[in-house]
Amino acid sequence: MYPPKFDYYRASSVDEALSLLQQHGANAKVLAGGHSLIPMMKMRLAQPGVLIDIGRIDELKGIRVEGDTLSIGPLTTHAAIAASEDVQRLATALSDAASVVGDLQVRNRGTIGGNLAHADPASDLPAAVLALGGEIEARGPAGSRTIAADDFFQGLFTTALDENEIITAIRVPTGQGTRVSAYVKFPHPASGYAVVGVAAVLDIAGNKVTTARVAANGAFECAKRLAGVEQALSGADATAEAAASAAEHATDGFSADDFMSDIFASADYRAHLLKVYTRRALQKALERA
Amino acid sequence: MAEKLFGSAIRRREDPALITGRAKYTDDLKLPNMAYAAILRSPHAHARITRIDTSKAKALDGVVAVFTAEDVEQSGVPGQIPVGWLLPNMKMPPRSLLAKDRVRYVGEAVAVVVAEDRYTAHDALELIEVDYEPLPAVADPAKAAQEGAPLVHENEPDNIAFDWEIGDKEATDQAFAQAAHTVSLELVNNRLIPNAVEPRAALADYDPINGKLTLWMTTQNPHIHRLLMSLASLGLPEHKIRVIAPEVGGGFGSKIHHYPDEAIVSWCAIQLGRPVKWQATRSETYMTDAHGRDHVTHAELAVDENGKIIGLRVHTYANMGAYYSTFAPAVPTYLYGTLLSGQYEIPNIHCRVQGIFTHTTPVDAYRGAGRPEATFVVERLVDAMARKLGMDPAEFRRRNFIPPDKFPYDTPVALQYDSGNYEGALNKALEAAGYEQLRKEQEEARKQGRYIGIGLSSYIEACGIAPSAVVGALGAQAGLWESAIVRVHPTGKVTVYSGSSAHGQGHKTTFAQLVSDMLGVPYDDIEIIQGDTDEVQYGWGTYGSRSAAVGGSAIAVSAQKVIEKGRKIAAHLLEAAEDDVAFEAGKYYVKGAPDKSLTIQEVALQAYLAHNLPPGIEPALEAVSFYDPANFTFPFGTHIAVVEVDPDSGEVKLLRYVAVDDCGKVINPMIVEGQIHGGIAQGVGQALYEGAVYDENGNLVTGTLLDYAVPKARFLPSFELDRTVTPCPHNPLGVKGVGEAGTIAASAAVVNAVVDALAPFGVEHIDMPVTPEKVWRAIQGAGK
Repeated sequence: MYPPKFDYYRASSVDEALSLLQQHGANAKVLAGGHSLIPMMKMRLAQPGVLIDIGRIDELKGIRVEGDTLSIGPLTTHAAIAASEDVQRLATALSDAASVVGDLQVRNRGTIGGNLAHADPASDLPAAVLALGGEIEARGPAGSRTIAADDFFQGLFTTALDENEIITAIRVPTGQGTRVSAYVKFPHPASGYAVVGVAAVLDIAGNKVTTARVAANGAFECAKRLAGVEQALSGADATAEAAASAAEHATDGFSADDFMSDIFASADYRAHLLKVYTRRALQKALERA
Repeated sequence: MAEKLFGSAIRRREDPALITGRAKYTDDLKLPNMAYAAILRSPHAHARITRIDTSKAKALDGVVAVFTAEDVEQSGVPGQIPVGWLLPNMKMPPRSLLAKDRVRYVGEAVAVVVAEDRYTAHDALELIEVDYEPLPAVADPAKAAQEGAPLVHENEPDNIAFDWEIGDKEATDQAFAQAAHTVSLELVNNRLIPNAVEPRAALADYDPINGKLTLWMTTQNPHIHRLLMSLASLGLPEHKIRVIAPEVGGGFGSKIHHYPDEAIVSWCAIQLGRPVKWQATRSETYMTDAHGRDHVTHAELAVDENGKIIGLRVHTYANMGAYYSTFAPAVPTYLYGTLLSGQYEIPNIHCRVQGIFTHTTPVDAYRGAGRPEATFVVERLVDAMARKLGMDPAEFRRRNFIPPDKFPYDTPVALQYDSGNYEGALNKALEAAGYEQLRKEQEEARKQGRYIGIGLSSYIEACGIAPSAVVGALGAQAGLWESAIVRVHPTGKVTVYSGSSAHGQGHKTTFAQLVSDMLGVPYDDIEIIQGDTDEVQYGWGTYGSRSAAVGGSAIAVSAQKVIEKGRKIAAHLLEAAEDDVAFEAGKYYVKGAPDKSLTIQEVALQAYLAHNLPPGIEPALEAVSFYDPANFTFPFGTHIAVVEVDPDSGEVKLLRYVAVDDCGKVINPMIVEGQIHGGIAQGVGQALYEGAVYDENGNLVTGTLLDYAVPKARFLPSFELDRTVTPCPHNPLGVKGVGEAGTIAASAAVVNAVVDALAPFGVEHIDMPVTPEKVWRAIQGAGK
């Protein structure tokens, strides 16, 4: 639990952080809340020569409602997201997910940007951001670009982020009309990470679901949409029964190899849990309609 | 006059220092010129070491020294880690401080770095080059017992460490032949990792001028460590070693044992002539702290046509790991086989235990040590039989309990239970749980597709194992008495020196409570000293729920001796006959003339001034005792777990937990309840969450707290506790011990509850830990 030596820089602006990244290249890692990177360094699984601490850059913090978009600074902590009335109201699934990350200490230190950039397959926020149709704004030497959440998560601890880019904002559309959402998880009893976690976002008109976006983490190497469920729900009745029947499609389009497997939960069991927790997420969202 | 403290839930005097962070643990201690050790550990479960090159590590700036087994050998010290309990015909493979030619488990110490700081020491570990030639490994005890399994000790013919039995095989086989009904279960008692909050640590300081080693370490028994360091590891004379237990953050058995690490650190300090500190990381403790349990058992129970138990037959493979840990051979034998009668009249019992070497971390005593394993076997079988007979499990137990009028009761497995009222505790637990009502609710819930289960566990415990002559005859290379000095100072203040060594139990509070009552001295005037071999005369330490029953009794005997000496002095000063002097609430007085009196404080001053002592009485007022109990103590009780199983996901929720325990007289009810709470949590942990897993190659898969699930507070309901009080008949305090009770009872109660919940699916058993996937699979499998 003693990391090897490293150099430490504290950046006071995004520009400074980017230039440090440019300077140190692959040898450098960006430090935000430190709740993924530091444990890996202590176990010597990550051995960066340089840490660039962006944790005190104020421009990267905070939650703002901008028209029909919720904009969240990447250094916003899980605790701040969970406590935000705007997030609770406009992106409930994200609020749900942020409130069940780790424990209180982790939520007070860990940040949404660090979480998404780390892309742990079992962390809670990716499914919520994906189901909400979020976007990740990143800035690098070539300037800013926007990456849809659908394109962002690419594999195990792998994202569309370039090595010399930093996340500068997470944007979530708040939707038109009646949008309800929820995130539920089966936490691992040791780590608290999601064995399976499902985020469901439903747009409802009258008694019908007009659009459904459903995504899961924990089950796969990275957060993925559940297309079978989304299709089954589109135009379906906004009822618990319809939700239960749609949840049976959670594994559609996936093969046994797609599911994570470990000593706590085999691929078979995870596939089963995915259906159970999809049903629970859908029903919880519907209860909010 | 002091108020009566025995039985009072006063707050612990230990806690202000603990909760304000002022308590000093081993890693808080710093000495001038101190260096830091880090230990290189084998990444292989089984491998030949063909080359070790330490030159790069030695060249690193800040590294003081790097040592290997060869250096220890050349120093001429004995360099051994001995076993402290011998069984007939057991194999005796040697164990050295550092591995030389071969490593036998992941985590075995291979080399040690001493550096100016901890970071450098860990950096240097990565620079040591070791060439390993990996060899086949075996982690499962049942597999390791088979012919052709990879050998753990290459000079032995097989991996069977010992083959031990107890009871009458022939009579038991006959009972089974005549049985009206039998049940059998294949049981795995899962391997556990101890998880004391404070990982092990040591700080060794050697004074080359007077040749004395001072060793601060995380220990439950400093005198045992001094003895073994002297005799087997370091060869230093015993009086030239001082072992001190500073604040110790929990042990659960893991800090009883004599490990290589603390000896290596001591040896380094002697070599280098400067203080050396080592603090294990959590990952190191996972690989090196002796693990607990790990049994594979075939167990059978037989009853006659009246549902009376007539036989119990058990065969167990007990995993020893790669080497014997200090008291490992005792745990699956004399602390297990002897407890298999449980609370029941079982005329015929036979138990065979094969201790098995495997390529895994050594296994030794972990909270409960043998007794949870025995309780699990007995209580699972009892439930299985009740189900087979279609009888309520409470009623089946009741029918087979040893009745109160049969004590003292000789079991067929060598113990004599001195006292007990098993039905009393069962009835109280059933009442507290609202058992009848619960069964109705269970029935109702099932109709709605909800699966509630109710599990009972009626346990017997043997604590404070003794007397020493008996445990010696069983193989212990230790005495199991305890010592105490009660010293009254000239001003009447009191210091007590106890051979018990607390690491969370609150002895400083409870021992002061009982001394205050006995001597009539204010509680705040009493200091308890323990955990230091230079201060305390001798001690066997704190484990096996022995400290109140044995350590506390030693203090009581010494306090009584002080009272008697004081009586002689008081009688002399009061010019009365000794028989006419009474002692009460701190005052000696002449019977019938209470005005003629002296306080114990006044007597103490006179004892020290020694101006006017009766003939033949030495000055001062203190007494020493070495108390060897007449027998074990036998706490008992019934615990009831209520669970709900989610049939969709397999998740188990513990809804309620009712515990009725009988630990004899209670010194401090708050501390007793705290012990029961913690014990239940650990027992529930074993039942539902915890399990050390090795893969086929002997790698520890559950190497961190990310994978190994200890129970969190939010997993547990608020426990409902009650007690019955059946005093121990043979010790002066009537106390029996409570440190392990919760752990002993809880695992069986919870598993019985889960199996009960799943009865409608036809599920008959699920191995611990009962994880959601196992539950889900059991439901799937039973449905087909």
